[in-house]
Parts: sequence; structure tokens; C-alpha cells
Amino acid sequence: MWVDAERAPALKDAVASFKEDKGVEVKLVIKDFQAARDDFITQVSAGKGPDLIVGPHDWVGKFVQNGVVAPLELGDKASQFEDAAVQAMTFEGKTYGLPYAIENVALVRNTALLPEPTATMDDVVAAGKKVVDSGKAKYPFLVGLDPKQGDPYHLYGIQTSYGAPVFERNAEGDYDPTKLGLGNPGGVEFAKDLAAWSKAGAFNANITGDIAKDAFNKGESPYFLTGPWNIPDMQKAGIEIAIDPIPTGGSEAATPFIGVNGFFISAKAKNALAASEFALNYLSTEDAQDALFAQGGRPPALKASFEKAASDPIVAAFGEIGKTGAPMPAIAQMDAVWADWGATELDIIKGKANPAQAWPKMVTSVQAKVAG
Amino acid sequence: MTLTDEPRTEGSGSPDQRPGRRGPWAWLSRPGETDGLVGILVKIVLLAVVDAFALYAVFLLAAQDEWLVLAIGVVLTVAVNVVYLRRDGLPAKYLAPGIVLLLVFQVFVMVYTGFIAFTNAGDGHLGSKDDAVAAISTKGQERVPDSPQYQLSVLERRGELAFLLTAPDGAVTVGSSDEPQEPTDDAETDGSGKAVGLDGYTSLSFEELLQRQDEILEVAVPVSDDPADGSLRTADGSSAYEYRSHLRYDAATDSVTDTTTGVVYRDEGDGAFVSADGDELVPGWQINVGFDNFRRAAETPQLRDSLVSVIAWTFVFATLSVVLCFGLGLFLATVFNVARMRGKKFYRVMLILPYAFPAFLSGLVWSGMLNAEFGFINQVLLGGADIEWLTDPWLARFSVLFVNLWLGFPYMFLVCTGALQSIPDEMSEAARMDGASPWKAFRAVKLPLLLVSVAPLLITTFAYNFNNFNVIYMLTRGGPRFEDTANDVGATDLLITMVYKVAFGTGTGRDYGLASALAIIIFVVIGVISALLFRRTKALEDIH
Repeated sequence: MWVDAERAPALKDAVASFKEDKGVEVKLVIKDFQAARDDFITQVSAGKGPDLIVGPHDWVGKFVQNGVVAPLELGDKASQFEDAAVQAMTFEGKTYGLPYAIENVALVRNTALLPEPTATMDDVVAAGKKVVDSGKAKYPFLVGLDPKQGDPYHLYGIQTSYGAPVFERNAEGDYDPTKLGLGNPGGVEFAKDLAAWSKAGAFNANITGDIAKDAFNKGESPYFLTGPWNIPDMQKAGIEIAIDPIPTGGSEAATPFIGVNGFFISAKAKNALAASEFALNYLSTEDAQDALFAQGGRPPALKASFEKAASDPIVAAFGEIGKTGAPMPAIAQMDAVWADWGATELDIIKGKANPAQAWPKMVTSVQAKVAG
Repeated sequence: MTLTDEPRTEGSGSPDQRPGRRGPWAWLSRPGETDGLVGILVKIVLLAVVDAFALYAVFLLAAQDEWLVLAIGVVLTVAVNVVYLRRDGLPAKYLAPGIVLLLVFQVFVMVYTGFIAFTNAGDGHLGSKDDAVAAISTKGQERVPDSPQYQLSVLERRGELAFLLTAPDGAVTVGSSDEPQEPTDDAETDGSGKAVGLDGYTSLSFEELLQRQDEILEVAVPVSDDPADGSLRTADGSSAYEYRSHLRYDAATDSVTDTTTGVVYRDEGDGAFVSADGDELVPGWQINVGFDNFRRAAETPQLRDSLVSVIAWTFVFATLSVVLCFGLGLFLATVFNVARMRGKKFYRVMLILPYAFPAFLSGLVWSGMLNAEFGFINQVLLGGADIEWLTDPWLARFSVLFVNLWLGFPYMFLVCTGALQSIPDEMSEAARMDGASPWKAFRAVKLPLLLVSVAPLLITTFAYNFNNFNVIYMLTRGGPRFEDTANDVGATDLLITMVYKVAFGTGTGRDYGLASALAIIIFVVIGVISALLFRRTKALEDIH
């Protein structure tokens, strides 16, 4: 089984009890997360690779396209998991993985600087600027961007409030690669507002994820749009925080991307039966999911474990916001979207591009790439 | 013992050399060779190790049906054995290890790249056709909506497997692949109401399940006499579900039929099952596509539109990198070669440091230092200036060259130091005696001598920088993007990073076939340039 270094210790107990009950040893091989997806595809295609792998749900599309993952029938267990988690693991009507954690971004607020929550992006920017003007902070609003690529992932929640998702979904909730939601009229509205907020100093392409995190932990900004993975360090830094929903810009609800982590079984597993047994009956237990939560801090996908974890208001808040989100599309066409999307947002944030022209141009380009 | 010693020992006629006094292993060594018993033993042991490893590999490859690799391996092993067991052919013995490594690490990689370039290998086309059929069939298995989850015990009778199923309402049925499930009353149950045993059958323990997992996963117990109702299958050996298959592969017509919609998907030679409407079933499989990839390489708009500017920049980048690195390296080497210079060792160690740093890491570190607002360069060195080092096209080109210079000059410094030290001082002294200025002495005497030994390295450095993926990708990712094109190609993109983006990045997935074709094209370009330059170097040598 392939895991990353962070998760390996959390799985030790499940592995030990599996060995005790069934006499089967599970070998945990620690893999670099970045390389794991591609290695899994090439190795399984060649008839090698592990029986099980840990990863986020948006790998599934690639896995199915290459025929390297076996469907996993959750059966009655499905109802024990959060709906969004099971839905994310479902691709073209079949479930492929056992979910264990849900993650999504939310607006983290420094309560010492701003005690009251705000709902819309305009208010957030205004409130942030007020704090900056009073000299208590340096940045009105923080989100980790990349000066070379931008970061559509973090900004997605705000964008969806304009009614411009990346792909439209069909009646069954599957993403439809032929219907590019980016091109909806709301997209341009979002681009225009993004330009305005950037002008006001709320978005800065030079602020990378590391710089943003560092600044927020020093108390230099009242807001930080980020995910649960940065929370432990904030608490270590002694920042008092509250978790707010994604601020809206348009008239619709903000639906951030949800990432669901889970376990997948190789289509050519040498021990398919043992692997299914381990995933379905050991990794799905409360103990296993509790342990994974304790290790990674990501809200568990198993309802019972989530409820326990939700005694922490921060976890509960992230979970609530996650319920409004939509799974990150797992379809292979997502690969064609990121580069143009990020570059266009970047140009808009920098004030180098006219949003009314750049956004439709990006949509045409993405459309051409999706069509192949 | 050096090679030049050999004739002497041969002629000296030591006692071992006399006819009739040679040991039992003498036939292994050529006449006159003074291989002792130890040497022969070492040779035998090493050969045995090589042969044992080869034999192991042969079994492994045979098990995986890799007959071509197996044949090559056998030929290689036999060749190695012949070379070392023969008495003659000392040069062959020295060359053999190098040739084997060359074959394995260079020739094989090149041949394999060439092979991939003529296939459609890439996302969705990685495995064989059998794999694709298997994957499509499992994908076609769908759980019957709202069907119950059965608890399962696997039974065995006379080697045949049967399923003992407990429905959620407690009803117990038994069935096998050949017999549809039938109710049974006399099953033993455990405390929870799950049926665990039946008269006339043996229940399998979990260990036995594991031993026969492949068989168990194959079992499909028909739900009723009507096959259209679906069948019961298990994935974990402890629970079972009703599945219905909606994709059926027919080997006779080599097609897949979707039984719910009636659409027939056929193999039309494109490496996938395609319907009449052009819908493709995933996954497909790997096939030979001839020159398609090369045609696509020429026709891909993403490549074609920006090709001229990218090629021009690639040449400029590679040439300037070599010239700048060589210039700085040579200058520093000359300075540190002056005898009066103090603390040379310290400076030399300091200068090597960038060279000892992994290039991609330096790229990342420099990328952070060159951040326009928060980077060390602008904030600390330039007092808070707002210079867009990495996001302005010309500054980005400059930054890439600068960082590459920082990374590359220590190598040139090392090479030049070595070369300078091998040039006798008398040469320049003689020039000075003849009245030449130091600069002229350097230019007319030292530099040409230096170039003779360094020129080949300059050419390889050029080839290396032509493909310098690390620096570009870690520093700028090829950006900033050209504004007049919708493609993901930018001002600092080299051919290799552009190829990477086209083949792996922003299309609809990885395309090994196209990548290999493009790699071959770049290889040809570099090969031609290097060959031309090497001919010029030869002329350089002829001067002397």
C-alpha cells in the first residue's frame, strides 16, 4: 500500500488489528505525494504497483481513464459517510474509493483585529482596509497566490457566487465537460470585481501561500482565505481565529471546491480480496478515521468520526462550509483548464489585462483545449 | 601492473611460463598472462554472479512474456561469458563492461524512446488490449439499484466454490456460478444471524479465502434462472451484491455492446472501442500509429505558433549561458592562478558552492529571492524597489540567464583551472620575452591551448543548456506568457519546457508518444549542431 509520510503513522493501528484478526500483513510504502498519482498509473498499467493507494478524489478520473482502479462497492456503509464524500468518490455512476477526509477552504478571521464576521466580498475588503488604515495590520485580505501561475483553486468559491462554475453539472451531479461554466455571464462580472479588489490592494500576486501564511501568523492581516491544513500553525502562533463562510461577490451562494481524500484499490491488485476487506472493514471504522483525523487535522468523512471531531468549533465550521461546496471535478478535462485560468486571473490581479476582454478570451482558449 | 609492463614480464620467462609447469586452469588464461589462481577464482565467481543474475532475470522475463528483452538479455550474457572465458581478446575484456552499460543505459533508452514515438502511448492508452477489455467489463458491472447487501460465507464442495448468502431480512440462500441461488433452511448461523456453514460443504477460513482470492472474485451466482436479472458477486469475501452487466465484450466480433442503450463499440484500429457516433470507451490500449506523432508535432497549433520565438530564445539562452559561464569561469580561474594571490584555497571552495547545490533547489530558492515585492533582492539589496524580475518578459530572460550563470560558472572555473595548470608557465614567459603584452600573451598563446582541451566541454555544455529544464521550470515555468497567443507558452520557454507543457501539461493529459516524437526531433537538432561544432574543434587542434 502506498501512503505519504504524513498519513503513514495514523494507519499503524488499523494495520496492526488487521494482522491480528486476519493474519495479513499490510506493508506501508511511503511515497512522495507529488509523484504518487503518475507512478501508480504507469506501474499498475505494467502489472506492478501496490494493491492500495491513498489520494484525493480528483485522481479518480485519470485512474479510470487508464483502467488502473477497481470499483469499490461501499454497500450499506455508504450511508455512514458524508454524502459529499461518497459523491466525490463516484465517477460515472460508480464508487471507486473509500473516503476518509473532506477538505475545503474557508475564510479565516483574526478575531483580535475584527470581532464581527462579514458576508460579502465587498464588505470584507472594506473592513480589511479599515483595519489597515487604523494601522493595526498591513494587508486587508490574504490569499496564497503564485506570481507565475495564479491560484484559481482558492478563488473558486468567490467565483461561483457569480454563477460561473468551472463546468456545469448534469442532473446526476456529474460534471459535463461540454458545458464550460466559466463562460457564463457571471464570469466576466467576477473578473471585473477581481480587478477592482486588486486595485484596492486586497489581492496581490506576489503574495505566495508561504508569505500569506507567515503574514497572517504574525497578525498582519485580519483575513486569510485558506484550508484546514494551515490551522495548526496559526494556533501555534497564538492567533485567535474564527472561521467564516466564503464571502460572496455575486448573488448566488459560494461553493468552494471540496477535496475528498480516500483509499483506492488497484485494478490489478494481487491481493484484491484482502485489500477490499482491509479498506471496507478496517479503514472505514471509527477508530481508523479518528486516528487519521488526529494526525492530519482534516475533517473525517465518516459521520460518527466527524461528529466527535466537530466538538472543535473550527472543524465544525469547516465542515459546515464544506457542505455548501462541490467536489473538485475528477474528469480528465480539468487538466486543460488550470493554465489559462490561472494566467488570466493573474493578469487581472496585476492590472495587466482588461477583465472584460481577457476573461472571454480565456474561455475560448479553454474551450478549444477541452475539445482537443 | 600497468599495461606497459606486460611485454617485459612476458620476455622475462618466470618459472610459471615454462611449458609443462602451468596450472590446471592455465587454459583459461592466454599464454604469457600471469593470472594467479586467485585471479582465476575471482573471475569465475564474478562470472557466476553475472550468470546467476541473468538466469534470474530470464525467469522473471519469461513469466511476464517479455520475449524480446529476454532474447537481448540472453545474447548479452552469452557474449559476456565468451569474452571472459576466451583466452585472447584482452581489449574486449576491458571494453565489455563499458559496452554493456552503454547498451543498457543509452542505447536501450534511445531505442525505447524511438519505439514509443511510433505508438499512441499516453493517458488512456497505456496497457494492452486484454487489460482494456478487462477494465471495461468490470466497469460495466453495475450494482442493481436498491438491491440488498448480503452477508456472505464462502463454501466449498469437491473443489467447487459456493456462496452462502444471508439477506438483510435473515433469509438464507446458497448458490454457485453454475446454480442460481436457492433458499436453504438447514444452515448453521452464528450469534448475529449470519449463516456460516451448511451440511455437505466446508466453510473457508479467511486464510483459505486469501489463497483462492482470484477464484472467489470470479464467482458470479445468478440471482434467478433468468440471466438478465444479474448475478451476485463479492469483492471482500464477506459481503455480496447483485450486479448487472451493461457492457458485454464479444470476442467473435471484437466489439463491446452496451446492453442498456444497444450501442455497439468496435475496434476500428484506433486503440480503443469506438461507437458509430465517435464515442470512445475508456480505457483504450497501446497501438502502433506510425508517423502520426511526428505529423502532430508539426501540426499542433500550440507548438507551431510560438515555435520560431521559442527556438530563437533556446539558441540565445544556450549560447549566452555557455559564453557567460565560460567567460566568468575563465576570468576567475586566471585570477586565482596568479601565484601572488593569497587565500586561494578559501576562494576556490567558496566558488564551488553553487555547483554543489542541486539545480532545481537553487531554482526554487532564487524564485523566492526574486519575488518582486517580498524577495531578498528587491527588499534588502535594492531597498524596496519594485522590479518585476520574473514577470516582465525581458527581465525574466535576464534573470534566467543570471541564475544559470550563478549555477554554471563554478564548473567552468574548475575546468579552466585544471586546463590552465596543465599549460607550462614557460609558454607565456617565452611570449613575454618576445615582447608581447600580458593580454596578447594570454590571447595568442594560452587561450588557444586552453580551447583545445576545453572546446569539447563547451559543446556538451551547450547541448546541456539547450535542454536545461530545471532552471527554466523552477524559476519562471517558461513565463511570463506571450500575450498574443492563447497557448501556455511564454518568454523564457525553451524547446524542452514547451515540449513538456504540450506533452504532459495543459492538453488533456500525458502523451508519451508525442513527447517521444518531440524528443527525437530535439535530439536530431542538437546532434547536427554538435557534429558541426566538433568539426570546427578539430580544425582548432590542427593549428598546433
